[in-house]
Amino acid sequence: MADTILVIVEQREGKLNRTSWETIAAGQALAADLGWSLEAAVAGANVSSIANEVAQKKVARVYDIEAAKLEPYTPDGFAHVLKAFLEQHPAKLVLMPHTYQVRDFVPKLATAMKTTAITDAVGYRYDGGKLLFTRQMFQGKFSADVSFAGLGPCFVTFQNGSFRGDKAEAGGAAAPVEKVSFDIPDGVVRNHPQEIFKEAKQAVDLTQAEIIVSVGRGIKEQKNIELAKQLAEALGGELAASRPICDNGWLPMDRQIGSSGQTVAPKLYLALGISGAIQHIVGMKGARNIIAINKDSEAPIFEISDYAVVGNLFDIVPPLIEEIKKAKA
Amino acid sequence: MKILVCMKQVPQKDAPLKLNEAGTWIREDVSYEVNEPDAFALEEALRQKEKHSGEVVAITAGPTRASQVLREALAKGADRAIHLEDNGFVGLDAYNTARAIAAAIKDEKFDLIFTGLQSDDYGYAQTGVILAQILGLPHATIIMQIEKNDSGVRVKRELEAGFFQFVDMPLPAVLTIQSGINKLRYATLIGIKQAKTKPLRKVTMAEVQSAMGINLQKIEKMYIPEKSKNTQFIDGPPGEIAKKLVEKLKNELRVI
Repeated sequence: MADTILVIVEQREGKLNRTSWETIAAGQALAADLGWSLEAAVAGANVSSIANEVAQKKVARVYDIEAAKLEPYTPDGFAHVLKAFLEQHPAKLVLMPHTYQVRDFVPKLATAMKTTAITDAVGYRYDGGKLLFTRQMFQGKFSADVSFAGLGPCFVTFQNGSFRGDKAEAGGAAAPVEKVSFDIPDGVVRNHPQEIFKEAKQAVDLTQAEIIVSVGRGIKEQKNIELAKQLAEALGGELAASRPICDNGWLPMDRQIGSSGQTVAPKLYLALGISGAIQHIVGMKGARNIIAINKDSEAPIFEISDYAVVGNLFDIVPPLIEEIKKAKA
Repeated sequence: MKILVCMKQVPQKDAPLKLNEAGTWIREDVSYEVNEPDAFALEEALRQKEKHSGEVVAITAGPTRASQVLREALAKGADRAIHLEDNGFVGLDAYNTARAIAAAIKDEKFDLIFTGLQSDDYGYAQTGVILAQILGLPHATIIMQIEKNDSGVRVKRELEAGFFQFVDMPLPAVLTIQSGINKLRYATLIGIKQAKTKPLRKVTMAEVQSAMGINLQKIEKMYIPEKSKNTQFIDGPPGEIAKKLVEKLKNELRVI
């Protein structure tokens, strides 16, 4: 029998997280390269409609893993049920999207099964019969090809945007859906989560901005934010920032771009003094044009930039503002 | 409350990094600093102790140089420190690191264990959660606020895209702390002086080895990322760069 790859799609409060299609696409690519069988699963309480949605894709089978206590999400509940499921339905590779929810429970699940999770992978290599997963290291300055040892299953989580969700192939006919129910004994779930909420004011919707000028640590001091603001104004764009700037209170949290802030895809993203840590990149790599100004020629932001300026932003931005004003006059 | 803070020494944020000859790790002749979220974890532990009294213990695993992290923690107010000291701790996967830490604290009882949410070097974001599983404790990740109450703690978890969630959980528990949860303090001169007399326990690899196993994941090769874009570098004096950029903005990007 062929080995199995299992993709566990993510649902939150009964809705499929669209990033899951990227993981399905990753699973399909791996299944084709390895000649393994691809199955999918969704876990939750009353999530059969999601299982049916996933069954439209080219997968051999979809498991609808049900347990009343999986809603609301807790790491204890998910690790308990998925361990029980995987002991009944062994898979060699278990793939999931690298979301905040998955990273909350997957290390626990892997440890409970005496195995490991290769987290935040951006791709894989399969040559010479060896399967390697590529991860970013040192905040994106290096990539590493990582191998897996042990009896498995090997858990792998893929970073947002590593595969094309729209490339997830549909199946000829709907895949069979198999319902598997579990009971979570009392005492297993120890956390009591409350309702999910947004901080009251989200004044700025950066997702609609055509032009974004974004500042990072390279701006050095709060008073220098003004320079970036002037540049944004000259371009008619919005001002945004990487996380450390908002952590310092130099700009409000609702101007933060990245995994914990907003995800944007403007026509122009102009990055000032942003090194390009992974958590930032995932929030802006969809921009159609990226210009980066950074004094460090090895800053990872340059890897994804269309135009790169290696230099001191305090030298370059003032004349840039003047030239833009002239061009617009 | 007795709080353990797991801290890691990582290369400084803007340190120029070079690959070693084997292409499996960086050359270690760089400047190091405390992993940023770990500094916030320590600060949070000190604040909790100030509110509820108790003890703050800092722990790290790494070579001799990593003791700097512990000295800083002691200077800022930690009561004592534990150093798993060996070069070998650098190359461990998250599972083995967590097992080594668990073994080093097996005779202690902490109410809370903090880690930073992830490290700047490996970026696993796993050690804290694995440690919770090994110790049989509940955990919560990416924490932005901690309030002690009668039944345990109420923590604020950060979720994606600006969402948050409060979670009530019993103690003892493991929490992974997000950067920005608080404002960091500086060590005072008197703190730095006092740090020298505070207890620092060293633990050798041999003492914890029996709790560990083979690394389940291994870096086969490390390299500079392949470029996904055809980047145009624009250079010259600042005035000229400005002119060239505006030309691109106008004629190629058409945003002016």
